Amino acid sequence: MKLSTRGLNAWYGPAHILFNVDVALASGEVVALLGRNGAGKSTLFRSVMGLLARTSGEVQLDDRPIQALEPYEIARRGIGYVPEDRRVFTELTVEENLIVGQRPPRPDAPRWTPEQLYTIFPNLREMRRRPSGRMSGGEQQMLTIARTLMGNPALVLLDEPSEGLAPRIVEQMASAILLMKTQGLGILVSEQNLHFARLIADRAYIIEKGHIRFAGTMAELTADPALKDAYLAL
Amino acid sequence: MSLLLAQFLAGLASAASLFLVASGLSLIFGVTRVVNFAHGAFYMLGAYLAYSLTTHLTGPLGFWLGILAAALLSGIIGGVLEILLLRRIYHAPELFQLLATFGVTLATQDLVILIWGPDDLVGPRAPGLTGALPILGQFLPTYDIFLIVIGPLVLCLLWLLLHRTRFGILLRAATQDREMVGALGVNQKWLFTSVFALGVFLAALGGALQLPRTAVTHGMDLSVIVEVFVVVVIGGLGSVPGAFLAAVLVAELNAFGILIYPAISLVLVFLVMAIVLVVRPYGLLGRREGAARAPLGALLRPWRPLHWVGSLGVAVVLALATLLPFGLGRYGLGVATEILIAILFAGSLQFLMSVGGRASFGHAAYFGLGAYGAALAVKWLGAPMELALLAGPALAILGAALFGWFCVRLSGVYFAMLTLAFAQIVWSIAFQWVTVTGGDNGMLGIWPPRWAARAPTFYWMTLLLTAAVVLGLRHLTFSPFGYALRAAWDSELRAEAQGLRPKRLQWLAFTIAGAVAGLAGALFAFFKGSVFPDAIGIGQSIDGLVMVLLGGVGTVSGAVIGAIAYKAGSIWLLSQTDYSRLVLGLLIVFLVVLFPKGIAGSLQAAWLTIRTRRPKTGPGA
Amino acid sequence: MSALLEVENLAKSYGGVHAVRGVSFALEPGEVVALIGPNGAGKSTCFNMLNGQIRPSAGKVRLDGHDMTGLGPPEVSRLGVGRTFQITATFATMTVRENVQVSLLAQAGRAFSPWRRLAAFAVDRATDLLELVGMAEAAARPAGELAYGDLKRLELAIALATSPRLLLMDEPTAGMAPGERIILMRLMAKLAKEKGIGVLFTEHDMDAVFEHATRVMVLDRGQLIATGTPALIREDATVKAVYLGEGLLYGEPGP
Repeated sequence: MKLSTRGLNAWYGPAHILFNVDVALASGEVVALLGRNGAGKSTLFRSVMGLLARTSGEVQLDDRPIQALEPYEIARRGIGYVPEDRRVFTELTVEENLIVGQRPPRPDAPRWTPEQLYTIFPNLREMRRRPSGRMSGGEQQMLTIARTLMGNPALVLLDEPSEGLAPRIVEQMASAILLMKTQGLGILVSEQNLHFARLIADRAYIIEKGHIRFAGTMAELTADPALKDAYLAL
Repeated sequence: MSLLLAQFLAGLASAASLFLVASGLSLIFGVTRVVNFAHGAFYMLGAYLAYSLTTHLTGPLGFWLGILAAALLSGIIGGVLEILLLRRIYHAPELFQLLATFGVTLATQDLVILIWGPDDLVGPRAPGLTGALPILGQFLPTYDIFLIVIGPLVLCLLWLLLHRTRFGILLRAATQDREMVGALGVNQKWLFTSVFALGVFLAALGGALQLPRTAVTHGMDLSVIVEVFVVVVIGGLGSVPGAFLAAVLVAELNAFGILIYPAISLVLVFLVMAIVLVVRPYGLLGRREGAARAPLGALLRPWRPLHWVGSLGVAVVLALATLLPFGLGRYGLGVATEILIAILFAGSLQFLMSVGGRASFGHAAYFGLGAYGAALAVKWLGAPMELALLAGPALAILGAALFGWFCVRLSGVYFAMLTLAFAQIVWSIAFQWVTVTGGDNGMLGIWPPRWAARAPTFYWMTLLLTAAVVLGLRHLTFSPFGYALRAAWDSELRAEAQGLRPKRLQWLAFTIAGAVAGLAGALFAFFKGSVFPDAIGIGQSIDGLVMVLLGGVGTVSGAVIGAIAYKAGSIWLLSQTDYSRLVLGLLIVFLVVLFPKGIAGSLQAAWLTIRTRRPKTGPGA
Repeated sequence: MSALLEVENLAKSYGGVHAVRGVSFALEPGEVVALIGPNGAGKSTCFNMLNGQIRPSAGKVRLDGHDMTGLGPPEVSRLGVGRTFQITATFATMTVRENVQVSLLAQAGRAFSPWRRLAAFAVDRATDLLELVGMAEAAARPAGELAYGDLKRLELAIALATSPRLLLMDEPTAGMAPGERIILMRLMAKLAKEKGIGVLFTEHDMDAVFEHATRVMVLDRGQLIATGTPALIREDATVKAVYLGEGLLYGEPGP
């Protein structure tokens, strides 16, 4: 499965946030979307998911336009979305959170069961019956990823999974992402931290003030220190 | 002892319907974030439909089938209403949804009279449950025992639904984060429609189950909605167990209050509500809603003082208004005076809403207190108008300071519901305390002295007071106090960190708004020569809101323009029809759907769309 | 002579869950102290207790020897504590200058004043503060339109408006460009040095912490597990295990 945007523009109220953004993501690859806070990473994810009131340009899934669809329809076509700041349903238990994410399996995507997800994120198994609001930030982040995988998506948009987490937990997160990739998922992960991106990504985009400034492989990116200094946080 | 037990059981029986209606309201609010004002209307509709169905379907099975069918039918009507109306306005500020469903309530009142007539209707009794059981020497109707069982039964069923079915888990998830549920592939539209239908079904069932106990009347919607607001404020909006707990509490307070003194039950309920709000501001089992600023209108630009052109414009308008008596007849001048009073009232609400950041749904309380304060001063103290015009606002200040102390602890819909509940309390005092206020018959003969009795003189006096006070409110907006108040609304966190005390600022603003509304009320009493409980009615409160929202939140001129447009329009409309509530209700619904951001906000949004469609020559493109 | 800020056995528990347990430390005027630790370690709870947003379950907080335990944010502010928030808190419907002017009202005792216009109030002082953070040119712009980095600077001007002796900064550089971060952190260091303001800040950007803090405190599961100079903390085995990880995520020590 292949997702691509062409000339995507997006607005928040009067503010023009994205300018003619072209990005692509295919099954089986991890692509990093690098940029600072406020560069437009979350806005890009939200516009792909149909969560913004005003956008222009095209979003295509296997060459069919999806930008006019409702968020739930986009999700049902196989795009999973893990938002920033986690957004677990804190009143619901871990199990119930997973039930909300549940969708029928798809032929073109890996299939996940709660059992498998508990194997990847062992902490969640211990807390199955616990309200997710009483878990730590790292555990909540794992739950949002597991919840999205319950929808058996082919592609996943992962918004700043490392934000605000202790470096030790971030390292765990990286291995989970690599495991998802080996199952055939395509993952677009937004990140401010180049070190983290280096651990997981095959390709990368750099976004700054709503413009894509770089598109290429991780090797190309690391070979050019000027890029890093100009656009990235660390 | 046995009497107390009987009273306790009777209270439990009354709690059942209250709980059904309140739990429906809570469920709908939880998922859709809409406080469905029309919930009372559906309660009434359920009762009327049950009356028709049970009188046609005879036999024991027919009765119960009729009750159930009435609730189901109402649920379907509710679902259709959600699809036709609410779906269009989910993105509007929450106030607009409250307003739209209020419009539905108004229209329903006239529709019910059109269909079933104005008289009270008495339905059949429940077959098999007509007797009474002796309990400790007192006889308790078997139907009451049935109701006592129904409450906890429905509570259990709802709990099972919410915790043991995927639908229920989705509902709870949506209660917390609707957008996220959608992004996970759940079709929210149907989730919303079904929860609305379910909530309405519960309300209508509550109404239908009252059929064997009380007569069906076309006033039962408002009386139940106020009681239900009190219940959800006490129990916590969005919590079904909270609704149950609070319904029992309120029903028992009513049951035992009546034993002591009929009017005291009202005070008891009020006291309990006040205590709960002080101890737990979001109700017994409720949770704090997100502290997001309630977007009343898209305020893209900060307030700005008037340009000199604007000042000139104001001067010209004032000059023209002063010359009006030379061009208008007696009737026209009367309308103009009434509009001026409306401007004063709308201006006070506007100050509270767009500087204080709180939208009151019970601002009529202070208008009414002003009117009654003036009338009481004339009737009981023999005060002249000059003094009575001070006594009115003084009483309004007392009321606003007392109620405001509780109200400013809340915001958003909680604030709206609490202000409405307080206004209803003032209304029922005016209505019930016949020896002092004349009750329904009102107080007559509140005329101005001879020097102000002529229409032009009274008009000029009103104009002077209105202009001075509205300009004063405008000045206040730009004063340090006005800014401190706005700061508290913009970011309470930041305001407190700078040493400001948001609650005190808002309390003062509430009292000032109350005082100005009180002045409007006092003028109104002398203008009409009389005062009736209507002055405190929900209609008066809603009039104020419509005027402010129509003109646009965020500008002082908005209230003035809105008041002129709405008052003139409705005076004309009411002279043309007998079904004023139907027309007015539909008009409100129409306006909300047409201008979901208010007229000002919608115009601003339209302008932005036009502007950004043009190719930009800015940087970066 | 007592320290500027003294915290003694500070604790907070929510229904049996201990968010913060027995935290004690002192802060001298002119010190820049970083409070770091994993998410959920209790950093925000600590901050919120220091500025009065949350009432501690136990313990004492003293400013210049005055007990301020249990006071609310307005009172704490009046005693001389300024604060910036993780997500900037400013007044969005006002201009940049009005933001600062309104922030000066409470201390001047003018918050309830109906006389004159705010526009004429404390113009010079507001301009000075905006110049200090480099925002003077944007004085007439609506705060709601500012870029995030500018909002952070405006928030600092607002926090400084009350002439605080202690400044609490929650993730001061999050979301800022590298150049802006350096300017802001230098400004913070300068304020501490020249005016003797004590600064306590939390931060996830370890480069900022190790470069600018005079002292670092590490919080884990509600308890302080280490305190020391940046160099010491960087090498601390316990801190590495609970928080810093294998060092893949922050830069090597500078030359």
